[in-house]
Amino acid sequence: MPSDHSDGLLEWLGPILQGALVTLEIALLAYAIGLGLGLIGATARLSPWRPLRGLGTAYSTLVRAIPELLLIILLYYAGSQALNALLAEFGGDTHIEISGFVTAVGVLAFVQGAYMTEVFRGAIQAIPKGQLEAADAYGFSHPTRFYRIVLPAMLPNALPGMSNLWLILVKDTALISVIGFEELFFTAQQAAASTRDYALFYALAGALYLVMTLGSNALFARAERYVRRGQPST
Amino acid sequence: MDFSWLSDPFYQKALWTGFVNTLWLVAVSAVCGFALAVTFAMIRLRGPRPLAMLVTGVTTVVRGTPLLVQLFFFYDGVGRLLPEIPGLQESLIWPLLRDPFFYGALTFTLSVGAYTGEVLRGALLSVPEGELAAGRAFGLSHWQILYRLWLPRAIQMCLPTLTGELILLLKSVPLVSTIALMDLLKAANMVRDETFLVYEPLLLIAGIYLALTLVLTSVMRVIEHRFPGARPVASKRRRLLPG
Repeated sequence: MPSDHSDGLLEWLGPILQGALVTLEIALLAYAIGLGLGLIGATARLSPWRPLRGLGTAYSTLVRAIPELLLIILLYYAGSQALNALLAEFGGDTHIEISGFVTAVGVLAFVQGAYMTEVFRGAIQAIPKGQLEAADAYGFSHPTRFYRIVLPAMLPNALPGMSNLWLILVKDTALISVIGFEELFFTAQQAAASTRDYALFYALAGALYLVMTLGSNALFARAERYVRRGQPST
Repeated sequence: MDFSWLSDPFYQKALWTGFVNTLWLVAVSAVCGFALAVTFAMIRLRGPRPLAMLVTGVTTVVRGTPLLVQLFFFYDGVGRLLPEIPGLQESLIWPLLRDPFFYGALTFTLSVGAYTGEVLRGALLSVPEGELAAGRAFGLSHWQILYRLWLPRAIQMCLPTLTGELILLLKSVPLVSTIALMDLLKAANMVRDETFLVYEPLLLIAGIYLALTLVLTSVMRVIEHRFPGARPVASKRRRLLPG
């Protein structure tokens, strides 16, 4: 019955696109925080101070050895419990919707940060030592050295890994649906269950994820050309 | 921390079933997926153009969409359409098509095929042309060149990456807990629902996964060193040992 199919599709297209937007929001926020965590993690792993190095290694090793779905469920409970306790402390009435979004972003960012740690560590280690020594010889302060030398020198090395992690993150947002948060895949599941057009709505969700991943591939290719400007082409 | 439920034989059995299913799923998907990966890589390198384009398309879709969505698509989507095919329910393969394990293995096999196929394609391309020419000069057939020369050399080059892919496969197994297949996470969820303990069951299987990851990486490390033509790390030690 093709007319039934198109009715259900029209009815659910709006909510599903809305869900895709939420997915994109979660992914972008988690990516931004994950970048920060990755920089901190990489700095810790490369630090001359041993306990800090151990902490960074423990973070990236543990998180990368445990399945994402398991971590997400585990951190979701731990995270929402901590968040609720925090909110109760301040006496405000907890808004479930907000804490759901916040924990989703937080959990994905925490996982993302561990993988990002390894990408940044490798990229920073690949910077020729002479460049850093030159900065020191010119009397650069630590923050200046980071912004003017380390960051631009490591980005060409880090960008392929970063783009890979972004793709993994976009796909990992679907795992949030297991916890019952309304993003793209959760909405698609609801649509599938209510119209009983399972194959159609899962294929639609898949197509939307594909648009996101292929689209960002093009953006990252552009970004890579930009950070590699002035380098000999390989 | 309350782990007293671990002494309950019912939960022990669930966890054991979950553990065995997890290992089976990894083994089946790794073996079938690798075979598919070799096929995909060869088709893209040497196959007829339309077939190569089809494989490229499948690879792009599999790598560009979440594994969870693929799993639901096959299990809930395609699985529900199958009974409408006349005669299928009476056929011999029907029990297989009702088993969630089949859909888990199918999804993972396809995923391993797509990701590893790309890795293998790159490795096959980087085998020096002269080695293959040498094979031809020795009068080896196309098949002999492939499985005595080209493939072993390519695998040797990308073994560390293959180890990574295997770990990724292991870590995606918990996804099947969403399709009514008893894996470790499903067992833990059952314990959680019945005992109202949130963290203990999850932490236990997190520990099991951590151990499995470590065991699998060290097994693969041994294989990497033993693989013919691998970096001669082991030989140095052998010289120090008597015999």
